[in-house]
Amino acid sequence: MSIMSELTHRDRVFDFLTPTASPVDVRHGPILYLEDVTVSFDGFKAINNLNLTIDDGELRCIIGPNGAGKTTMMDIITGKTRPDVGSVWFGSRHNLLTMNEPDIASLGIGRKFQKPTVFEALTVFENLELAMATDKRVLPTLTARLTGEARARIDEVLTTIGLTDLRHREAGILSHGQKQWLEIGMLLMQKPRLLLVDEPVAGMTEQEMERTAELLTSLAGKQSVVVVEHDMGFVRSIARTVTVLHQGSVLAEGSMDDVSNDPKVIEVYLGEGA
Amino acid sequence: MNYSQSWLTRPFTERSTQIFLGVLFLAVMVVSVLHLVMPEGSALYVSSYTVTLLGKYLCYALLAVAVDLVWGYLGILSLGHGAFFALGGYAMGMYLMRQIGDRGVYGDPTLPDFMVFLNWDSLPWYWHGFDMAWFAFIMVLLAPGLLALVFGFLAFRSRVTGVYLSIITQALTFALMLAFFRNEMGFGGNNGLTDFKDILGFDLRTDAARLGLFIATGIALAVGYVICRAIVTSKLGRVSVACRDAEARTRFLGYRVERVQLFVFVVSAMLAGVAGALYVPQVGIINPSEFSPLFSIEIVVWVALGGRATLYGAVIGAIIVNYAKTVFTGILPDAWLFALGALFVLVTVFLPKGIAGLLPGLKKKTDDESEAPTSGKEATA
Repeated sequence: MSIMSELTHRDRVFDFLTPTASPVDVRHGPILYLEDVTVSFDGFKAINNLNLTIDDGELRCIIGPNGAGKTTMMDIITGKTRPDVGSVWFGSRHNLLTMNEPDIASLGIGRKFQKPTVFEALTVFENLELAMATDKRVLPTLTARLTGEARARIDEVLTTIGLTDLRHREAGILSHGQKQWLEIGMLLMQKPRLLLVDEPVAGMTEQEMERTAELLTSLAGKQSVVVVEHDMGFVRSIARTVTVLHQGSVLAEGSMDDVSNDPKVIEVYLGEGA
Repeated sequence: MNYSQSWLTRPFTERSTQIFLGVLFLAVMVVSVLHLVMPEGSALYVSSYTVTLLGKYLCYALLAVAVDLVWGYLGILSLGHGAFFALGGYAMGMYLMRQIGDRGVYGDPTLPDFMVFLNWDSLPWYWHGFDMAWFAFIMVLLAPGLLALVFGFLAFRSRVTGVYLSIITQALTFALMLAFFRNEMGFGGNNGLTDFKDILGFDLRTDAARLGLFIATGIALAVGYVICRAIVTSKLGRVSVACRDAEARTRFLGYRVERVQLFVFVVSAMLAGVAGALYVPQVGIINPSEFSPLFSIEIVVWVALGGRATLYGAVIGAIIVNYAKTVFTGILPDAWLFALGALFVLVTVFLPKGIAGLLPGLKKKTDDESEAPTSGKEATA
């Protein structure tokens, strides 16, 4: 009888009926939480017992030598790679290990790749239009019409990334730096809670780098931003907290000054002899 | 591009679609009028042989549009679209066979001749219902659509793309060809289905029926073209191009790439099925040779010659190549494949954008024109 009364309760539903796209729960602090994550490829541990916590609205830089597992870590967060062990949580409600790439993307995790990938055959405007957070199923996409509101949102992002004048040009003609900004703009269109940015200033000029630093710092607060970068000067100019990865796990964490004076970090970066 | 318009009316505001529909309408009108009005001896008279030949070209054009939709805009090089074309053709052929009734050589009221010949005493289950036109016409869409759905579901879910997908589609059509060659399949074996008498009550051998089929094919091509245009100018069309150029990126934006691929692939297969269904009553036969891998490769050559990702290029390519084929196989039958090969090489070397690339004025103008009012609207908004 108690089961029957429980079944007829209308004020609660079964767990599996709860929509998975429920808002991200950050009341308990971190927006991203990785615990004891390990991944190995053919016996090589790319990620080894990694623990990492990102707070809501934080701008975090992650540095580390080549092969430290930075890109693999991003792959795990976005659902491209599954860890062997460990847990990855987005807020305190969403277990990312049970979700696929599109689900994770629509949950609010945006990723910018190392190599800028924009849709070169489409215009800057259309690139942003496709990235917009909206119903992305097939039929709604087929019948979609651009609303004034959406147009305003695209204009806003175009201003943020400084590409308003090039809106109707094909993305293929953009310079390297402009493509990087367009890609960041595409991430912004998704209204993400968490932005993962992989080497945003690789191959940029000094001016473009400054502009990118401005852009990323202006985003923090509204979104949580995780930047993976090699360029120390750039990291110093934007970072509040820096995490150093080495051989798949966290070597040091703290402000840029603390980290760069840490003997372990100096050893990894400059070699044993230094 | 007008982004805020309804997806169904958007193609009609495009300059290129207006020109295409205008030219197609004029061509069909002129041929029909010349056929009906001119006396038989006149130089301008269009014989019913020519009408049927042109109808056949229009079927090929619709097939080429279907292939361009998946190849040009989605990046899926299907080397098996002949299979969908043939399935639509067989569905129509089954209806036409049932219409023969007791006028066949053996005079059996229900069984087609080849079944009597094979000593079958009743219709196989899958032949039931094909005596009704509406059922057969639904099957024209459903048979290729279902095959594309099942095939596409398995292939796209496993993320099979590029050359591997092309090879699998080629294998698909080859397997179907071998199956349809078998008498036990119940589709007439290597003779296929033929000896058709009438369609919807009209005698297929009359000039009126032939002209009617030609006009119906023209309408089907116009509708198919507009449907494809509506898809490629919609947001889904831009997502397709995104899947074509950067599949992983599209997935990270939150689109289900495999579903987009599946949707467009099924639509394309259905259009190919319609083309096949209109082809069969005009040529009077359907046999397993339509499944041959060579035919499917030829379709791709038409599209490549005409110009990918324009849709009208596919139409131009299909008509030009098939006209050349008719002429060549009349004069020098053995030289045709060499001529096709030479044409293909010449076009890929000198016209990488195909024959449609020679019409830059058309494309350029549509882009400029549509951009001006859009930016104007943005300025006021």
